[in-house]
Amino acid sequence: MAQLPVGFPHLTTKFVLQPAGDCRLSLNPLESVDSKRADKEELRVSEYAIEMKNITKTFPGVVANDKVTLQVRKQEIHALLGENGAGKSTLMSILFGSYIADSGEILLDGKPVEIKNPNVATSLGIGMVHQHFKLVQNFTVTENIVLGMEPVKGRVLDLKSASKRVAELSKQYGLQVDPDALIEDISVGQQQRVEILKTLYRNANIIIFDEPTAVLTPQEIDELMDILKALRAEGKTILLITHKLREIKEVSDRCTVLRRGTYIGTVDVADVSEQELAEMMVGRAVKFEIEKPEKTPGDVMLSLQHLEVKDENGAVKIKDLNLDIHDGEIVGVAGVDGNGQSELLGAITGLIPLSNGSIVLDGEPIEQLTIRERIEKGLGYIPEDRRRYGVVGEFTIAENSAIKSYYKSPYRKQFGILDFEAMKSGAEHLIDQFDIRSAEGPITKAGSLSGGNQQKVIVAREISLSPKVLVVAQPTRGLDVGAIEYIRKRIIDERMKGRAILLVSLELDEIMNLCDRIATISKGSIVAVNKQHEVTEREIGMMMAGSHKEAQA
Amino acid sequence: MKLSRERLIQSDGAVSVLVVILGFLVGTILVALVGKNPLNMYKAILQALSGYNIDNGKMNVRYIGETLNYSVPFILCGLSMGFANRVGLFNIGGEGQYIMGMTVAQMVALLGPQIQGLHWVLAIVCAVLVGSLWGGLVGVLKAKYEVSEVVSTIMLNYIALYLSRIISLQMPGATTYKTADFPETALITNDFFTKITNYSLLNNGIFMMIIAVIVFWFIMEKTSLGFGMRATGFNKEAARASGIPVVKSIALSMAIAGAFAGLAGGIIALGSFKYGRVLSGMDNYGFDGIAVALVGNSTALGTTLAGLLFGMLKNAQALMQGKQIPKEITFIIQGMIVIFIALRSALILYQQHLDKMKLQKEVGVK
Repeated sequence: MAQLPVGFPHLTTKFVLQPAGDCRLSLNPLESVDSKRADKEELRVSEYAIEMKNITKTFPGVVANDKVTLQVRKQEIHALLGENGAGKSTLMSILFGSYIADSGEILLDGKPVEIKNPNVATSLGIGMVHQHFKLVQNFTVTENIVLGMEPVKGRVLDLKSASKRVAELSKQYGLQVDPDALIEDISVGQQQRVEILKTLYRNANIIIFDEPTAVLTPQEIDELMDILKALRAEGKTILLITHKLREIKEVSDRCTVLRRGTYIGTVDVADVSEQELAEMMVGRAVKFEIEKPEKTPGDVMLSLQHLEVKDENGAVKIKDLNLDIHDGEIVGVAGVDGNGQSELLGAITGLIPLSNGSIVLDGEPIEQLTIRERIEKGLGYIPEDRRRYGVVGEFTIAENSAIKSYYKSPYRKQFGILDFEAMKSGAEHLIDQFDIRSAEGPITKAGSLSGGNQQKVIVAREISLSPKVLVVAQPTRGLDVGAIEYIRKRIIDERMKGRAILLVSLELDEIMNLCDRIATISKGSIVAVNKQHEVTEREIGMMMAGSHKEAQA
Repeated sequence: MKLSRERLIQSDGAVSVLVVILGFLVGTILVALVGKNPLNMYKAILQALSGYNIDNGKMNVRYIGETLNYSVPFILCGLSMGFANRVGLFNIGGEGQYIMGMTVAQMVALLGPQIQGLHWVLAIVCAVLVGSLWGGLVGVLKAKYEVSEVVSTIMLNYIALYLSRIISLQMPGATTYKTADFPETALITNDFFTKITNYSLLNNGIFMMIIAVIVFWFIMEKTSLGFGMRATGFNKEAARASGIPVVKSIALSMAIAGAFAGLAGGIIALGSFKYGRVLSGMDNYGFDGIAVALVGNSTALGTTLAGLLFGMLKNAQALMQGKQIPKEITFIIQGMIVIFIALRSALILYQQHLDKMKLQKEVGVK
């Protein structure tokens, strides 16, 4: 059990039973229930809104947080920086009550608290804006905000007064959103505002933002930054979980860095450069620039002509999409998530049926071919969701490296008998060549590898098949900086070898840096194709949001 | 010590052995609870296994023969379930495939050409084919139209049962429960076995079963077909994205699964009975096969061992009744074994908890 001050458990059990809806009535339950104990504490005015001391949290096989300390001053924007798997989310989940720490203590305004579940966190004035919104699509903004603590007049739901209060809050904090609009009708940026309003409606003084910019366009990110500043000006304390340095530099006052579950340090953001922050995060010098030698593109290798894809319900997901990719160039597809990227990838690889249009690979139409036939024609694919589409977790590295070619020589011998030794030696070769780190070499189960090494297995397999066209989706998602650098370098190497590469990524940075040409996708169509240095991130952002006409005007 | 425990939980084989022991333990306790001597249960089991009657010191090899003979359909139906399971399917239709195999074998036995050496072969081949057709139908429905194999196999079990009755009632000399006797040429009795096992029903079916086990192992572990099937079973999406024809894998795996169950039906028809049966209910070998495959982890060797265990328990039933132990105890033991297998995830959770505690100690949580 967690380390607790004596006499506290009874207090928290009370909170557990208390529904979230009651929190407005008892603003600070600590004072009412634990006044005797709090006497002494109140004398000492804490400079910190939150202190998390020596927090340790373990999961089977992993120490997610190892004696981590976090001190957040009142009314500051405090960034929590770290790579994927550094323990940021775990720490915040502990603060929000989703996890219980194994040891360590949490102090709010200098008073120790035990946050057993999110309801307790809410009643203590902690709110969280999740990365993946938790909204009911066919409810209105107001209904979503009051959900779980609906105001009543007598026995009747009183949405009018709630709607009024939502309007007030949205005015006070500059969070423009129509209280009566349905969630499904408003933009992602506005949905995020609804999530923020949800926390404010519950009187949150401390608001945790979990990777809030991941789903936003550059313009929406700018607006969010303004909102964060406005919240700070209104007296809120903000905790910002992110791995994007630029955002930290832009809005944060201080920044705490975590690396592999341990506390590295807390710095005043004004005193450090992005470079220094990156080094604290990764633990070594980091190169920001991607070295990409000049290369003149050759012939068209993959041509997408008038593609149309419908989903199971017949809704058009891709409409009249045209794009050519040449030998020796990387073409990036930039866009907000859900604008047809997955459907485009599926249509090219054959995972999703095409309802109209033509896909021409090296002069041959492939849209009627099976997935295997497309692979044989020279189509390589590094999928977005590597655990789901990229590797078979229960298969070994050897089996995974051969999974696209096992039915051919040298792996298949007479009578369909497989040569597992040949697979092993083939994998051995790839392990050397691609620096795949594994416990048992070729016979290591792919599922036991780290994300970066799984991705290396996939990249190694695809490259070893010498594809003419390589389709790459989100190749660096969830990887640490070292693996990101490596994977990007390999993609550029393939370009230098004259492969045509289609890169679909939600990380605009990645697209801007890696690609020779950038195609912006919006609502299932390519709205513009620009050369690398002839377009700014801002312009792309405008086009991503679907307003390309204004951008060009 | 700690390491060995971790290995134990991670190894599928060891878990199966462990749950079998636990199943027997529960059985023992139950026998004691109903006021009988558990020792008698083990005496019966010993006799079923070795033919040795410890009470009177007499040896009768027939029991060994019967245990082996009982095991044959369990193993084959286990292979049927196991094969589909390895491709990620749940074949509850073993029973229907078994019934169809049995029915067709009876039909060929009664109506086929009475040529020595060909007659029974033809009957067995037809049983295998119709079993694989019955299973393959489910596979095609699943692969092409995404019809849940669980639902379609259950329904096909009933269709098989009543279809079997309709067909068998048309056979020569059919009464409400049996047909005319099979001609000698249709039987798969083995005179040598009959002699050395003191007139047990052990027959040539055991050779066919052994061949089936080898075929299962060879296809699954050694061939390119099996590679694609295993990939489909572990991760269908990744297999598909890698170009593996998963639709074909699924349809084909159900057909092969059906072939094993159909073979079981053929062997029972020609080996254990000398006449065709008009079924009034199911024989349940197909369902027991699910448990056999579960205990055997859907591998060739594991399923064989689990099938032998189930065959032995079935053979021990009569012996136990002779010693005033209710034969239902064997069903309880089988049931407990399946429950304990299902509880395996609990063992893994327990292991994770222990790992976590260990880790906490290392990083110094107080």
